[in-house]
Amino acid sequence: MIEYRIDRRSGVATYVQIVQQTKQALRMGLLEPGDKLPAAREVVEATAVNPNTVLKAYRELEREGLVEARRGLGTFVRRSLGAAPADSPLRGELAEWAARARAAGLERDDVAALFAAVLDEHFDSTAKEQENR
Amino acid sequence: MTSSAIEATGLAKTFRRRGGWALRDCTFQLPAGRVCALVGPNGAGKSTLLALAAGLIAPSEGSVTVLGGHPAHVRPRVGFVSQDKPLHPQLTVAETLRMGADLNPDSWDAATAERVVAGGELDLGARVRSLSGGQRTRVALALALAKRPELLLLDEPMAALDPLARHELMGTLMATAAQYGTTIVMSSHVMAELEDSCDHLLLIGDGRVRLSGDTDDLLAAHALITGPARGAAAPADFDLAPHTTVESRVTGRQVTALVRPEGPLPAGWQTRELSLEDLVLAHLRNPAAPPLTLGALPASASPQEATSASAMSQETTA
Repeated sequence: MIEYRIDRRSGVATYVQIVQQTKQALRMGLLEPGDKLPAAREVVEATAVNPNTVLKAYRELEREGLVEARRGLGTFVRRSLGAAPADSPLRGELAEWAARARAAGLERDDVAALFAAVLDEHFDSTAKEQENR
Repeated sequence: MTSSAIEATGLAKTFRRRGGWALRDCTFQLPAGRVCALVGPNGAGKSTLLALAAGLIAPSEGSVTVLGGHPAHVRPRVGFVSQDKPLHPQLTVAETLRMGADLNPDSWDAATAERVVAGGELDLGARVRSLSGGQRTRVALALALAKRPELLLLDEPMAALDPLARHELMGTLMATAAQYGTTIVMSSHVMAELEDSCDHLLLIGDGRVRLSGDTDDLLAAHALITGPARGAAAPADFDLAPHTTVESRVTGRQVTALVRPEGPLPAGWQTRELSLEDLVLAHLRNPAAPPLTLGALPASASPQEATSASAMSQETTA
């Protein structure tokens, strides 16, 4: 079961944070098809955010075809995202690379900047698309 | 089923001893199922408004309808926690809860009362007079929540609580709203405290309604924009008509303005992220800014269900 953490200072709308954290969990294989998302009541009890915010996030995930609401039962994962679960070989290679970067004396921010730069070379910025929508 | 939790029309209250109006010509509608932040400076009339809705005082002018009825007649369906958290000081916590159960035999939810009290590790045998302000708040909220009201009126509920208790009890309030569709009105000075929890805002200042509506709609009706000052030295030199200006400020070569756009914004202006706190502060700094009430149903409208779900579908298509 996923646990949401809301960062009030991030400047990212709360419902977007819930959407992003769910997608992250789907990418990492922490949520799989058939898994149940926590009930809105459980999320708001833990985070103190408004129930409509959680429902809005779930509707967005449903609109994107990632989850489905089953009446009276809850919201369930329909499909997974990406092809890199937490224990994939790609993750292992990246972990090795991160260890080498650290051994070479790079700071956390250096590594993040480097990774972001390579990411931008190879992929369109999906974050921007999401903001524009 | 009624669509409004609270409906006020020309509501006014004057206290003979204090003189002047505590509340004046307040007209607003709070749809059922909302979590409403009641915000305003000290002496704005927040507590007066809550006491009127709770039926503890009578209006001097106008009227207020609560859950479709007269405030005094719907009291069994309303929970009210006033600012001073009145409890019997000589009773123990356990006795206080038993009193709540005896006074609300039809609706009492003992499990909720015990859970809220247990969250603070309160000694059930402790007398109320020996409790701290925060502990008394917890007991008062336990009483109000265990009554399972359709409408919860909370005057500064979080003021005496430590940050941990604040988060926990706000979570409990949100869970109650999620599970039972309870309408909640909470007053506070601290907008940041309410920003994530509330989906409706009622801002009052100087006894009048300044802003009223769902928070998403209110935010969508305003824009925080910056643009070149072009030699203007004072905000007064600036005319942003036809847009309504709530506040504008010149800093160096730049003007920042909070406006209610009427049509497209002027070319060359940039829109910045607007928070609910920005919106509230701008209105508090500028008492002359015109009031704005959104989403009020006309009094004659058929009692259609103004559910949050329908409001949400509007947002997503917007």
